[in-house]
Amino acid sequence: MATTAEGFDIHQDHGHDTHDHADHKPGFFARWFMSTNHKDIGTMYLIFAIIAGIVGGAISGIMRVELQEPGIQYLQWWAEFMGGGNDLNTALHMWNVFITAHGLIMVFFMVMPAMIGGFGNWFVPLMIGAPDMAFPRMNNVSFWLTVAGFVSLLFSLFVPGGTGPGAGTGWTVYAPLSTSGSVGPAVDFAIFSLHLAGAGSILGATNFITTIFNMRAPGMTLHKMPLFVWSVLVTAFLLLLALPVLAAAITMLLTDRNFGTTFFNPAGGGDPVLYQHLFWFFGHPEVYIMILPGFGMISQIIATFSKKPVFGYLGMAYAMVAIGVVGFIVWAHHMYTVGLDVNTKMYFTAATMVIAVPTGVKIFSWIATMWGGSLSFKSPMVWSMGFIFLFTVGGVTGVVLANGGIDDNLHDTYYVVAHFHYVLSMGAVFSMFAGFYYWFPKMSGRMHSEFLSHIHFWTFFVGVNVIFFPQHFLGMQGMPRRYPDYPEAYHFWHQISSYGYYIMAGSMLFFFVNILYALVAGKKAEANPWGEGATTLEWTLPSPPPYHQFETLPVITDAHDYHDHRPATA
Amino acid sequence: MASAAPASPETARSNLRTGAFAFAGALAMLGLGYASVPLYRLFCQVTGFGGTTMVASESKAAAAAAAATGQTISIRFDATSAMGMPWTFAPSQATDTVTIGERDIATYVARNDSEHTITGVATFNVTPEQAGKYFNKVQCFCFTEQTLAPGQEVTMPVLYFVDPAMLEDPNMKGVEQITLSYTFHRAEAPQDAAPKRSN
Repeated sequence: MATTAEGFDIHQDHGHDTHDHADHKPGFFARWFMSTNHKDIGTMYLIFAIIAGIVGGAISGIMRVELQEPGIQYLQWWAEFMGGGNDLNTALHMWNVFITAHGLIMVFFMVMPAMIGGFGNWFVPLMIGAPDMAFPRMNNVSFWLTVAGFVSLLFSLFVPGGTGPGAGTGWTVYAPLSTSGSVGPAVDFAIFSLHLAGAGSILGATNFITTIFNMRAPGMTLHKMPLFVWSVLVTAFLLLLALPVLAAAITMLLTDRNFGTTFFNPAGGGDPVLYQHLFWFFGHPEVYIMILPGFGMISQIIATFSKKPVFGYLGMAYAMVAIGVVGFIVWAHHMYTVGLDVNTKMYFTAATMVIAVPTGVKIFSWIATMWGGSLSFKSPMVWSMGFIFLFTVGGVTGVVLANGGIDDNLHDTYYVVAHFHYVLSMGAVFSMFAGFYYWFPKMSGRMHSEFLSHIHFWTFFVGVNVIFFPQHFLGMQGMPRRYPDYPEAYHFWHQISSYGYYIMAGSMLFFFVNILYALVAGKKAEANPWGEGATTLEWTLPSPPPYHQFETLPVITDAHDYHDHRPATA
Repeated sequence: MASAAPASPETARSNLRTGAFAFAGALAMLGLGYASVPLYRLFCQVTGFGGTTMVASESKAAAAAAAATGQTISIRFDATSAMGMPWTFAPSQATDTVTIGERDIATYVARNDSEHTITGVATFNVTPEQAGKYFNKVQCFCFTEQTLAPGQEVTMPVLYFVDPAMLEDPNMKGVEQITLSYTFHRAEAPQDAAPKRSN
C-alpha cells in the first residue's frame, strides 16, 4: 500500500494490485533521460543546480582571489588558459567574462532551476495532492532546454567575444557593448543560452499554472493551498509575463548584431536606453522570481518548527501577489543614472518603497508565527531564521538604494553588489538550504546529520557575512563594481571580503560531506521526520514517496484548514 | 515506459485549455516586447522624454509668436560626427540669444572630407532634458537624409522656436540655456557599423 498514506487507504480500491504499478520504475535511460515523472525531473533539476552552483561558485572564487590584492595578479594567466592572448586587454576582458558567467549561471542555472524546477517540481504536486504535473512530457522538455542553455553558455567561453574569448557583457547584456562592442560569436552563444533557458522556464511556468489551477485534490481550494504552492503560482505568473519581454529584447540584440537592424543603434533611429527599459522590465520581476519560492519554503518551515499555523495566512499569500504585481512597475530604479527626469525618479522611488510594505508583512508574519510557538531548532529552522535576518538586512539596503538621489552616488558601486548578494546569495541561498534540509529526508528517504547541517549553517553564515558586509563600506567609499583592480585605499576590506570567501567555500564541504553521509550511512527517514508541526500532504506519504502517488486522490474536507491537510482519521 | 495513470479526458481537456491560455499570455508579452519599440518612440515624441524635441506646424509657431513676452533665453549649438563618419560638422554660431516664442534660424556647416559620396542622417536632442517638449523645430536638416559629394560643403538651416509655455513649468525654472545637439551618422550605417565577423 505504497500509494497513499495510512489514513487515505479508505479511498483505495483494494481489488487492484496497485502496489506493483505504483512503484514500477523504468530502466535507467528511460527513467532519467526520457523522464516524465515530476519527482525524477525535480531531482535532476536539483542535481543540475548543484553542478551549476559549483561552477558559478568557483568563478566567484577566481574573482575573490584576484580582488584580494590591488593590481592584476592572475587574470593574464586565465586569459592564456582560456585561449586568448596574455596582454592586459585580454586579461581585463577575462574579468568581464567571469562576472558575466557568474551572474548568468547563478541566476538562470542555479537559483531558478533549484527553486522552481527542483523544489517546485518535487513538492507542488505532492502538496496539492496531484499524481504528477499537468504536462509531464513538457516538463521533460523544460529541463533539457535548461541544460542545453547551460551548455550554450559554457560553449561561449571558448569562442571569440571581441577583446578575447567569451562574452564580457555583464549579465545585463547592455547595448552597445553587446552589439557593436563585442565582435565574434561568444555573445551570440550567450544570448542563445538565455533563449533556451527562457523557453524552458516559460514552458515550466505554463505547466505549474495549469497544475495548480486544475489538478488540486478535491476540496483543496486556493485558500487552503500551502504557501509554498502559492509562491510557485505567483512566480509562474511572473515568469510567464516577464521572460517573453527578455526574449524580445535579446532577439532584437541578435538581429542588431547579425542582420543590420537598429533597435538599439541611434544611427538608425534606435535607442540603447530602450534596451535597458526592456531588460529591467524583465529583470526586476526576475529578482522576485528568484526569491518568492524561497518565501514560500520559509513559510512552510517556520510553521512546521513552531508547531503553529503560519500567522496571517491570507496576508502572506496576497503579500506575494502584491509583490508580484508591484514588481512590474518599478523597473527604472535600476536605471536612475540614464538621465531620467526628476518626476520619473520620484515615481520610481515611491513605487519601489511601496514594495517594502508587503515584504514587511511577510517578515512580521514569520516572526509572529514563531512568537509563542513551540520552537525546535532543527537544521531547516536555523537556516530559515538566518534567512529572515539576512534578507531583512538586504531589504534595508534596498530601501536605501530605492532613493533616486542616493542612488546617483551609489549606482554601480559595491554597495549595490552587497545589497543584491544579501537578498540573493543570502536570502535565496539560505532559503534553498533551508528547503533542502527540510525536504532532503522526504526526497531521499535518508536522514542527514543535524550536527553537520548546523556546522554548515554557522560557517556559511559567518563566511557570507564576512564576504559581503565589508562590501557596503567599499561601495560607500566609491569602489565601482565590475572592476578587477582598485587603489590601495580599498585593499583592507577587499582582503577581508576574500577571506570570507574561503570560509564560505570551506563550509560547503560540510554540505557535500553531509549529503554523502546521508546517502551512504544516513538513518532511514520516516514518513514524517519533523513531528506534529509537519502537516502538509507530502508528509502523509512514505519517504521517499512512491514512484506514482495519489492514484486515489486525497480529499480535503471542510474540517481541514489551510494549515493541516492530514487525513481526519489520525 | 511506465507513466502515471492517464488523467481523465475532462482533466486533460481542461489542462490543455489552461495551458493554452497561459501560453497565449506569454506570446502576448512577446508581442508587447516588440510593440514597445514604436510605443517608446511615440512616447518620446509626445512627451519630449530624454530631450526629444518637438516638430511644430506653422500655425503652432504663429501661436507661440503671439504669446511671446519678450523674455529671452540662450541657445547653445553642438555638433558631432559619429565614429567612422568622415564629415566635418560644426555650427556656424556657438550660442544665440533668442526671444522666447519667436522663431529663429541657426545654421550648421557640413563638409564631406572623404573621396566618396556619403549620405548622412542626423540624430538630435536637447539638454536639459525637460526642455525637450518646449523646443520646437519648424524646419530642420535632420528631418531628411543629406547626401554630400566628395569635398562638398553645405550650410544647413534649422528653423526653431522655444515655446513660451516653458515659463509656466516649474521644472524649467532656472534654465537659462538650452543646448541643441546633433550627431551625424552614415545613413547606411547599420550595415557598415554592424560588427563584422573578422576574427
